[in-house]
Amino acid sequence: MYGLALAKGLLVTLKNLTKKPFTVQYPEERLPQHPRFRGEEFVWYEERCTGCASCAKYCPLGIIKIVTSPSETAVPEGDKYRLEVFDISINRCMFCGLCVEACPYDALFMGSGFEQGKYSRKDMVITIDDLRQADKHPSTFFRPQLEAQDYDPRAGTPLDWQQVGREGWQWHQREKAGMRISKTPTSDALAADVPEPAPDATGESTGDAD
Amino acid sequence: MFNCALSPDNILYQTPMFREIYNLVGNVLPCWLSYFVAGIVIILVLTNAVLLGAAAFSWMERRLIGKFQNRLGPNRWGPFGLFQPIADLVKLLFKEDLTPGTADRLVFLAVPIAMVAPVMLTLAVVPFAKDTALTNLNVGVLYILAVTSITSIAIFMAGWSSNNRFALFGAARGVAVLISYEVPVVVSLLGVVMVAGSMSLADVVSAQALPFIVVQPLAFIVFVAGTTAELNRTPFDLAEAESELIAGFHTEYSGIKFAMIQAAEFGGVMVASAVITTLFLSGWEGPLAHWLGWLWFLIKAFAVATIFIWVRATFPRLRIDQLLAFAWKFLLPASLINLFATALEVYFLRDAEGVLTRGDLGIMTGINLAITVVCIILFGNLVREKVRPVVANRAPALPRGVTIVEGD
Repeated sequence: MYGLALAKGLLVTLKNLTKKPFTVQYPEERLPQHPRFRGEEFVWYEERCTGCASCAKYCPLGIIKIVTSPSETAVPEGDKYRLEVFDISINRCMFCGLCVEACPYDALFMGSGFEQGKYSRKDMVITIDDLRQADKHPSTFFRPQLEAQDYDPRAGTPLDWQQVGREGWQWHQREKAGMRISKTPTSDALAADVPEPAPDATGESTGDAD
Repeated sequence: MFNCALSPDNILYQTPMFREIYNLVGNVLPCWLSYFVAGIVIILVLTNAVLLGAAAFSWMERRLIGKFQNRLGPNRWGPFGLFQPIADLVKLLFKEDLTPGTADRLVFLAVPIAMVAPVMLTLAVVPFAKDTALTNLNVGVLYILAVTSITSIAIFMAGWSSNNRFALFGAARGVAVLISYEVPVVVSLLGVVMVAGSMSLADVVSAQALPFIVVQPLAFIVFVAGTTAELNRTPFDLAEAESELIAGFHTEYSGIKFAMIQAAEFGGVMVASAVITTLFLSGWEGPLAHWLGWLWFLIKAFAVATIFIWVRATFPRLRIDQLLAFAWKFLLPASLINLFATALEVYFLRDAEGVLTRGDLGIMTGINLAITVVCIILFGNLVREKVRPVVANRAPALPRGVTIVEGD
């Protein structure tokens, strides 16, 4: 009233003038990122993967392609499959994390990066070699055992396949007990806590509907 | 060598800047050539003052509005983003210069010139420092009012020649605003002219023993509000309301023409700040004014420009009826009362030679401050938005086809 409201409004903006700017100058400054961030660069542990293709089946978009062949390492024991193709077509991925939730062996993790801009759609496919060579900074999304370790993917060191599983403590116990833990976990070792996946008859299995 | 000197009966002898440059250049060049050289130097000073002012103001406005909104503003190129206006200009220069097929080409082309020219012309009579006005017109205030009203024609030319309904809407609004606000601005300046006893801006500056912002507070308020409206700046930017009309009258302009219109707008704010500084803030006067007058002038002008930015960062846009009501119900009666009061004060307070002393100005300050408060309360009440009373107990609207059957 009587122009006092105008002065009040001017004072409000003046107060804002003295505040610190809200802007984060992104490439130079970064906001702290949550460890449960669901990002690109899927982290995959080949040692833990049996090739069951649960991730491919659960993917709502059907963008994970898995080609396996029977491995001849220990057939009588019900061996894992040998992975030949593990393609994640990232350009349609919506980072729902269902593949990670579906993985029975904690072999697949969400990554924690988001700066994977590419110039071509062809480059937007994460191949098995990319997955093998990538730095293992798993996001703690759907992996409470990582949170229990206070693991921070942006700051933490890369994790070995033995450190990320829910049954990890058991591996260490068995190692302490003098058991020889092979590089590839055998079904015998895994049978203690997780059920054996039903042996898939098909060599190739993709989640793609068509 | 040549030793040209301007004779005192030459009309340009009255322009100190021209005289000095002419005498300086006249030492090495023939007289007819130094005549042109001095003229061109003055034109360059004028043009570059406006364009550099526009560039500086655009940077300042974007930075400051950013700060007002808790942002950073442009900060990528140069220290504090100082080179941003250059980047803007280069970008606009390389853009395609489109003219709509159905536009009136000649008028369309003339608009940027008609926008920029009055801004530059206005600065010609403003003294930057002691004796540094490009020309010391004895009707300087009248000249400023006359020249700045060309803008309304330019705006209407833009709206009409674009052959675009949004441009025409913007132009019609802009002209309505400009015509409405011209009246209180002129009337408020009359008070200043009366106290100064002269229309020459140099005399207005030297008459300010007390700055006229104190002696004529009501005139200052009216003038700043009116100038904001004439510059088409937010709260009064109906002519180019981005959220309603795409860009108002300059919707169809692109490339270098758009750059010129923008330069005219930003430069217009700087020139208006310079005029306000001269008329109300005692211009280049200040400590060490003989040497640092230009600095004082710049500081004051940029302070006024900061007020324009502050206002823009604060107030939302008014409706057209609120805008016109503000002009006719608040600014015009307030400026008329200020005019009458000032006339009476000057009539009774001046001495035999018609000179007002510093004490007289002090008395006027007291009276005018009281009048300002009374006017704001009185007309603020008049212009207040009449809020429609809320209808109590109104039944909520029912979905279509649903009726309430009363009784059973």
